[in-house]
Amino acid sequence: MSRISRQEVDQIAQLARLSLSDDEAAAMERDLERILEYVAALETLDTEGVEPTAHALQLATPVRPDEACEPMDPELALSNAPEAAGTAFVVPKVIDEEGR
Amino acid sequence: MSDIREALGSLAAARAALDAGSLSAADLVEAALTRAQDHAALQAVVGVRPRHARDEARASDERRAKGERRSLVDGIPMLLKDNMVVAGEATTCGSRILEGFVSPYSAGVVERLQSAGAIVLGRTNMDEFAMGSSTESSCFGAARNPWDPSRTCGGSSGGSAAAVAAGIVPAALGSDTGGSIRQPAGFCGVTGFKPTYGRVSRWGLVAYASSLDQIGPFTRSAADAAALLSVIAGHDPRDSTSLPVPVPDYAAALTGDVSGLTIGMPRECFVEEGVEPGVLESVREGVRELEAAGAKVVEVSLPHSRYAIATYYLIATAEASSNLARFDGVRYGHRAEGATDIDDLYRRSRSEGFGAEVKRRILLGTYVLSAGYYDAYYKRAQQARTLLRRDFDEAFAKCDVLVTPTSPELAFPLGEKNDDPVRMYLSDIYTVTANLVGVPGLSVPCSPAAGMPVGLQLLGRSLEESTLLRVADAFQRRTDHHEKRPPEPV
Repeated sequence: MSRISRQEVDQIAQLARLSLSDDEAAAMERDLERILEYVAALETLDTEGVEPTAHALQLATPVRPDEACEPMDPELALSNAPEAAGTAFVVPKVIDEEGR
Repeated sequence: MSDIREALGSLAAARAALDAGSLSAADLVEAALTRAQDHAALQAVVGVRPRHARDEARASDERRAKGERRSLVDGIPMLLKDNMVVAGEATTCGSRILEGFVSPYSAGVVERLQSAGAIVLGRTNMDEFAMGSSTESSCFGAARNPWDPSRTCGGSSGGSAAAVAAGIVPAALGSDTGGSIRQPAGFCGVTGFKPTYGRVSRWGLVAYASSLDQIGPFTRSAADAAALLSVIAGHDPRDSTSLPVPVPDYAAALTGDVSGLTIGMPRECFVEEGVEPGVLESVREGVRELEAAGAKVVEVSLPHSRYAIATYYLIATAEASSNLARFDGVRYGHRAEGATDIDDLYRRSRSEGFGAEVKRRILLGTYVLSAGYYDAYYKRAQQARTLLRRDFDEAFAKCDVLVTPTSPELAFPLGEKNDDPVRMYLSDIYTVTANLVGVPGLSVPCSPAAGMPVGLQLLGRSLEESTLLRVADAFQRRTDHHEKRPPEPV
């Protein structure tokens, strides 16, 4: 029984904003299948009533005084922009003609 | 061995030469740049900053002439893994998606090194976004093992391990998410140290899996690691997981005395199956050495360690899929040409910029976090993480330090595991637990096998780096494996 289908690979690629060629998608399906088969070992583990651990150290969220501090200079922040105008990053259109 | 080659071989030797006045910081920088070139075939170094390094060396020499020394590492050149940002310099993470990126700021560790007078010479090769165990997924091509260039130097911090092993620099920094400092240190015969999670600031370290990532040193010896950790450790409010606790005097811990310490051998880590011949023998011999030095050795158990790799790959990829969403072609890095709308821009920029292993891990992480699979994979992995932590708590009730092999194998031939991700992942079987549990881990060279280095791993309680350094240093006082140097290039 396969754990992941080609259709699911296409769906998660869509969610992750990745385009895969047919060959890439086929290779990913094969690799993910192998990996999921390996991690299936966890299915045999009894986790009833076990609290999940998100972080190795139990830290309280650190807080700081609510004081204004110097931000990065906008020019410096934009220095790596593939395209910039004024103090903004330029991107292609986000909303289409029908306003969607 | 020439004086300069010896001085670049360890922090202690470099410091001694500088203190004696037999070499200047400028001499060390010139020699390190030359050695980086002589060892170009290793592909360990991916970028140097000669002009700044020379300026910084001159400043250090001027300080010294006035009788000032900022720290034990003042005037010593070092290399950083290419995922720690330096203001005004490129950072690529071994990825095409960061081609052309120049950092507007410096990482916390870079600030600390520079305030201590250390010289940042350049950047080392790594697996793309630190995802790999062989440095083969780098966009620069694979880094090679100085002991045998047909073999891997390990990964993902392979370039840093190879550079220290080859004596290009006396020390380097790497990052360790599942073994990425310790495994290459073991493969290359150097000392590699992953401190407790939160001990060293992650500010300016490009994130792979934020709950697991930690920066640490590559050095010739544990004594050198103690000196370098003293410089880079400490609280940084810009990293919300940085621990607000004092940093002990690590050098003071190096007493050479391990009597009174108990060393635990987890029985699950000494099973022959799946381990390359020679590895367990070398590690057992190392344990006998520690016993002869006065440590008590007991057997302990980590019953859930067999779930560690599965747990690690679910948690690390889930976190990576989220962290790597920022690489979208908008604010920095590669942007695809001719995108029709914003979604097309994201998709094309990311698809062109990321390599296969990064895509594989983003997809796996996206899958395990997606509706319908979250409980089966991600939540279950987090529960397994709790069980692993309990295993460690119980083991550390019976011993002070755990000892295991660093890796189940010797440095493997390049290309051997490229088409089998699961086999590649299993290379980290002994190292991933320390990241999942957050404890410090250190790899020291023990007896070689088949002419290649073998790493012995020591794991300690959270924040007890001093104990690990003390044990590793005591071991190195009784052995000379860490002093062995690979052959020079012809």
